[in-house]
Amino acid sequence: MTTFFQLFVAGLALGCIYALVALGFTIIYRASQVINFSQGAFLLVGAYLVSWFSLDRSYPFAVAALLALAITALIGVIFQVLVLRFTVGQPVFTVVMITIGLNIALEGSVPALFGSTQRSIGDPWGSSSVSLGSVVVNWDSVWTIGVTLLILAGFFAFNRFSRYGLAMRATAMDEEAAMAVGLPTRRVHALAWGLAGAVATVGGFFLAGFPNSLTPTSDAIALRAFPAIILGGLDSPLGAVVGGVTIGLVEELTAGYQPNNAAWLGTNFYAVAPYIVMILVLLVKPYGLFGRRPAERV
Amino acid sequence: MPAWLTPRRIATVLAAAVLLVFPFLVDAFWLNTAAFIVIYAIGALGLNVLTGLTGQVSLGHAFFLGAGAYTAAVLGGTYHVMALWWILAAGIVAAICGAIIGPTALRLRGLYLAVVTIGIVFIGQHIFTNVTWLSGGPPGRAIPTPQFGLAFTCPAEGCALNFDQPQNVGGLTFDKNGMFYYLALLILVLGMLYVRNLLRTRPGRALQAVRERELAASLMGVDLFRWKVSAFVISSFLAGVSGALLGSLVSYVQPDFWSLILSIQFVAAMIVGGAGTIWGPLLGSIVIFGLEPVMQKYAQSLPLLAHGSGGGIPVSSATHILYGVAIVVFLVVEPLGVIGLARRAGRVLQRRRIAAAPAAAA
Repeated sequence: MTTFFQLFVAGLALGCIYALVALGFTIIYRASQVINFSQGAFLLVGAYLVSWFSLDRSYPFAVAALLALAITALIGVIFQVLVLRFTVGQPVFTVVMITIGLNIALEGSVPALFGSTQRSIGDPWGSSSVSLGSVVVNWDSVWTIGVTLLILAGFFAFNRFSRYGLAMRATAMDEEAAMAVGLPTRRVHALAWGLAGAVATVGGFFLAGFPNSLTPTSDAIALRAFPAIILGGLDSPLGAVVGGVTIGLVEELTAGYQPNNAAWLGTNFYAVAPYIVMILVLLVKPYGLFGRRPAERV
Repeated sequence: MPAWLTPRRIATVLAAAVLLVFPFLVDAFWLNTAAFIVIYAIGALGLNVLTGLTGQVSLGHAFFLGAGAYTAAVLGGTYHVMALWWILAAGIVAAICGAIIGPTALRLRGLYLAVVTIGIVFIGQHIFTNVTWLSGGPPGRAIPTPQFGLAFTCPAEGCALNFDQPQNVGGLTFDKNGMFYYLALLILVLGMLYVRNLLRTRPGRALQAVRERELAASLMGVDLFRWKVSAFVISSFLAGVSGALLGSLVSYVQPDFWSLILSIQFVAAMIVGGAGTIWGPLLGSIVIFGLEPVMQKYAQSLPLLAHGSGGGIPVSSATHILYGVAIVVFLVVEPLGVIGLARRAGRVLQRRRIAAAPAAAA
């Protein structure tokens, strides 16, 4: 049972990171009906900025984190205002391809700016851990789960109760109607990109915490978060969270049990397990667990 | 100017002439790059049938290329089958994979399908990594060089036409790159003719109806199952052929060669060239698959880059930055791709001619 709880906590922490990445995807999808393929690069740049501010410039960790958040949010806003604003009305996949282009460029700039050596994120809790009975939990996992819960609560409160949250929901439902009643849809789009950038950074620095470290390929995690968004349904923030945690648990539990119990599935099977779960779910519910099936008219 | 001499026909003839004589005008580097581009263009043409024509966005193209390449490796490498047969078999095996995966597209739309096909790439890589008799496992496996002959198999000492040995035909020498180039060009041209005919016939109209509005198409009697699966089959066949030739030209591949990045490059090539058009895949492949080798070759002469042991931006990251920025800028300026640019130029020419016509008449 100890092994199970150990894996469960690890899965929960990993799932929280997926949930944060997935939330970023969902926010942008709701605002502009595209999957933002540069989410992984935001995560990478954010994490590197935290590391650079806290280790190279020796700012306090909280300051470093906030600065990095602000910068990635700004990159998101700038990209939306300078580039994506001009793509309104273009085919979805042209826009998706543009975000892929941004991803390639940002990914390339990381080794150019920060070097390609492995680095630490500079978090104050490092590799310390706490024991709960026989289960050992890293402080990093505790912080990941705690902060993720806070951010999710904050996002849901913002989405539900604030004026901009309302504007975002209205824009997601029907952009033209939102424009017609005078909502600042441009600002809503920019806000969505800013939020997505910031959320990605949080995911990034928890991802790079103990026992992992930061490398220019750390953003591969964003690809593994795809099953999470699809599982939950692209347009559902709640789905992003449920999907993220599910995928995290599936991955960790498979990594823990599959090598001894089902070795014939091959090495590193845990990396594809989330995709298999995703495909199985989609065959039953084609718009994910929480996604809306759009009404179709001819 | 006679009426049959339209700008489109002139452009086609010019393009064909350039493609035919290209190998005799350039050095080995450019010929090698061109051979790769034409091989990639076959795959991009396949994706164009599925995504550009039928509107089913797939990021799983790399898996089908891999399936084709390993078919080639097993048939050509292990059983010494003659190249024509393993190239065909590569297409057929990939097409069968496409027929198996195609039906998922019936339930999934748009970006959901795109993400599921990402899953196919990862699951495919997992299979390629673990099934060692097929792919050689993580260390990789050699993929044979084409050998053509009259027999069904080619023994170890080689057939009449072996791509590893330069050939003399009427005073012209063809080396390995040159032979790959012409073989791929032949297949590409056949593929382009096929797609051209497809566009104008009943099946092609059905595919385009599915792209424009699926529900409307099915209400008008288009059998969605049949045409979506057909699109997957055609697309995967071309991907398989492309994969077999690609693996063969690279000559040795590891399982992670068939990655999501490769898929993304195909989607990029298709969109940058012009989705749903005949020349688009080739034009897009020139941009997307030509940029990287060219930039690597000329990196030495660019400022700010790392030279030898000195500081500066590493070449690979500079390539990525330029590559990414190029895609962004290009698609913002011309969302319809190179074909869009060409059409714009065509319209400008036509306007000039119309403007000039009354003057000539007077």
